[in-house]
Amino acid sequence: MEQIIFYILAAIIVIFAVAAVNSRKILHAVIYLLFVLASVAGIYFLVNYNFLAALQLAIYAGGVIVLIIFSVMLTHNIDAQLEIASLKSKLIAGALSIGGMAVTLYAIYSYQFNSIENHQAIEVSDIGLKLLSFERGGYVLPFEVISILLLAILIGAIVIAKGQHLIEQEHKQNQQKL
Amino acid sequence: MISGISIYHILTLTSILFFIGVYGFITRKNLIAILISIELILNASVINFVIFNTYLYPNRLEGVFFSIFIIAIAAAESALAVSIIVSFYRMIASVAVKDTETLKY
Repeated sequence: MEQIIFYILAAIIVIFAVAAVNSRKILHAVIYLLFVLASVAGIYFLVNYNFLAALQLAIYAGGVIVLIIFSVMLTHNIDAQLEIASLKSKLIAGALSIGGMAVTLYAIYSYQFNSIENHQAIEVSDIGLKLLSFERGGYVLPFEVISILLLAILIGAIVIAKGQHLIEQEHKQNQQKL
Repeated sequence: MISGISIYHILTLTSILFFIGVYGFITRKNLIAILISIELILNASVINFVIFNTYLYPNRLEGVFFSIFIIAIAAAESALAVSIIVSFYRMIASVAVKDTETLKY
């Protein structure tokens, strides 16, 4: 049963990933990306990582997709067609990708992984305790660094997206008032 | 772990996903489409971390933490990329790669 579900999810991931990099309408490409991300969350559910699956659905399928859809709507006409790459560049990129994939798969299949049988789920409380522990092997320092990174991104995104143009206009208006 | 599915099956899936992302990264000519390809590549690497953790070291949690940090950084990166794209669109009224030559020299 789990095997069949995995193959279905894998087929959805590969088909919609190909569609997302080949679609001529940008909004369709974003929706195909949403299907890929939701199926990846399904794989996390299959391997019993419920917390990561919830994170994937909330941050990627919820946040990043909405962000990309908004940026598409701010910068494109809804009917706009993307220009397609020339056949030559498609062939070169395809050959590069297939060559890289062949090397990677050769490396994977020639290495002997010794997997361990387990079917137990990870407790979310374990993740939380380990994430906030400052003993040996704890992850509190990266956690704090990530929080500072997110604050910096928040401020930086606002400043960059606000743009030079508007700031100059406000400056002129202020000078006229004076 | 998934019964009946070995680690090789899932690693094959993630490498296919990764190289589809690389193909899109090379062929696309639009900044937002390139961002979509980058999300595909990052997702393939996150699945790899989770799968290595659950198949090879099931009693440790390192893969989960690395996945959480990759997801957080990917979200931050896409937010910043979107703000840069919107800013570019205000400056040059285009999001095609061939028009973005402000930082060329």
